[in-house]
Amino acid sequence: MSEAALATVSLPEAAAGAGRLLPVRLEDVGYAVAGKRLIDGLTLELDAVCRTVVLGPNGAGKSLTLRLLQGLIAPTSGRIRWAGTGRPRAAGLAVATVFQRPVLLRRSVAANLNHALRVYGVPSRLRPGRIDALLGLAGLSHLRRRAARVLSGGEQQRLAVVRAIAAEPELLLLDEPTSSLDPHSTAAIEELILTAARQGVKVVLVTHDVAQARRIADDVVFLHRGRVAEHAPADRFFAAPSSAAARAYLDGKLCI
Amino acid sequence: MHDFGAAFGEAFRLVLTADPALVEIVLLSLRVTLTAVASACLVGLPLGAFLAVVRFPGRMAVVVVLNALMGLPPVVVGLLVYLLLSSSGPLGVLGLLYTPTAMIIAQAVLVTPIVAALSRQAIEDLHREYDEQLRAMGMGPFAQALTLLWDGRYSLLTAALAGFGRAIAEVGAVIIVGGNINHVTRVMTTTIALETSKGNLGLAVGLGVVLILISVMVTGAVMALRGTAVRLAHV
Ligand SMILES: Nc1ncnc2c1ncn2[C@@H]1O[C@H](COP(=O)(O)OP(=O)(O)OP(=O)(O)O)[C@@H](O)[C@H]1O
Ligand SMILES: [Mg+2]
Repeated sequence: MSEAALATVSLPEAAAGAGRLLPVRLEDVGYAVAGKRLIDGLTLELDAVCRTVVLGPNGAGKSLTLRLLQGLIAPTSGRIRWAGTGRPRAAGLAVATVFQRPVLLRRSVAANLNHALRVYGVPSRLRPGRIDALLGLAGLSHLRRRAARVLSGGEQQRLAVVRAIAAEPELLLLDEPTSSLDPHSTAAIEELILTAARQGVKVVLVTHDVAQARRIADDVVFLHRGRVAEHAPADRFFAAPSSAAARAYLDGKLCI
Repeated sequence: MHDFGAAFGEAFRLVLTADPALVEIVLLSLRVTLTAVASACLVGLPLGAFLAVVRFPGRMAVVVVLNALMGLPPVVVGLLVYLLLSSSGPLGVLGLLYTPTAMIIAQAVLVTPIVAALSRQAIEDLHREYDEQLRAMGMGPFAQALTLLWDGRYSLLTAALAGFGRAIAEVGAVIIVGGNINHVTRVMTTTIALETSKGNLGLAVGLGVVLILISVMVTGAVMALRGTAVRLAHV
């Protein structure tokens, strides 16, 4: 194959000035509200492949860190450096979030997914099939016409997870997505997350469920008081956490 | 006392037999007010959504003015529209004074702030709840506004009905710009005022009854909408 042909093949990405979004580096990131430093000197690199689990006690800054990554809030100091601007795409979204408290629209379950797909730029003729598939993934096919806001807490979380997956993101941020799920639904959501990860989606999962962290994590970020107390491969983290805070947390002794 | 009983008897005869004169007046009232409210929604809903979603300097001042305008006295609106449309006014060449169109314009001016202010409030509440989710989905302000308008549809219908209730019951604006001309610009409220002063109480009371019925139906519709919205978990 000639060099010219190779150049042509890689041209669309280069022309769009795009490329893989990841890795991303948070460099000494701070986030303060009214002078109070909620995130303080947070430095962290997230690569494109590992499944990252974020652990830490309540109020450690886990949700704020995800908000910073999603771009919903801007660092008040330091910077976030992305490797690229995300691969060029016909539809979808580079970064998608499942919030700790899912916000569902005042519409039916199917209409919530239709809305998301339309926002992501999926043409209308492709949407019905995609909606069916997503409902199947979430195990919500029998509830497709139900008003989303009368769903049970667990059903709402499942809907929120497939709505984020529908974006076909490069980076999927999940903030305690199984906090109100029964064991069966938890297993189903974990399977969804692992499948997405196998398809090349970078997963960042916040959880308080240590057993779940062990099942999902390739690497663990332990946050404490708005800082990274430890960032280590999962096996090493769970076998012998090097930070005192993480040790205390795993022993159930750490608060704030 | 005799007058009172006779007026009611006559009134119910007119309503029950669908007296042509009464029907003509009711239909014109409905046409004028429905057109005015529709125009007010066309301007007021996007304006309300814009004020709810977009942050710009001076926004609070605009919101305060808009809320104040909800209480505009109808006669003042009538006077302003009269000045605009009178033969020496800036829009005098259109020859609209004393036509139903003039009444529509006056009522639309009266109702637009009501629709805009109420929808601004409703959409802003919704926006507070949806903001992070919609931004995380990559939506800009315009797309967000459309989503909010649709998801706020029950509250917005309530706003429109509030505007309708205000316009249909209003007399000051339409009598100034419409002139209360028989078969041309005579609506329910202006006819009641005129016929009462002429001592023709039957028609006045009959129209009053119809007006109250319409108000009851509008209120009933609002409550039914609320009920539906709650039942469907849309609030
Ligand atoms: N807008 C804000 N104004 C003031 N304080 C805030 C704001 N947002 C977050 N905080 C504070 O910042 C800290 C970190 O919040 P964050 O939501 O990131 O915690 P978290 O690690 O996700 O905790 P949890 O496990 O309970 O979800 C908390 O103490 C919280 O009260
Ligand atoms: Mg949190």
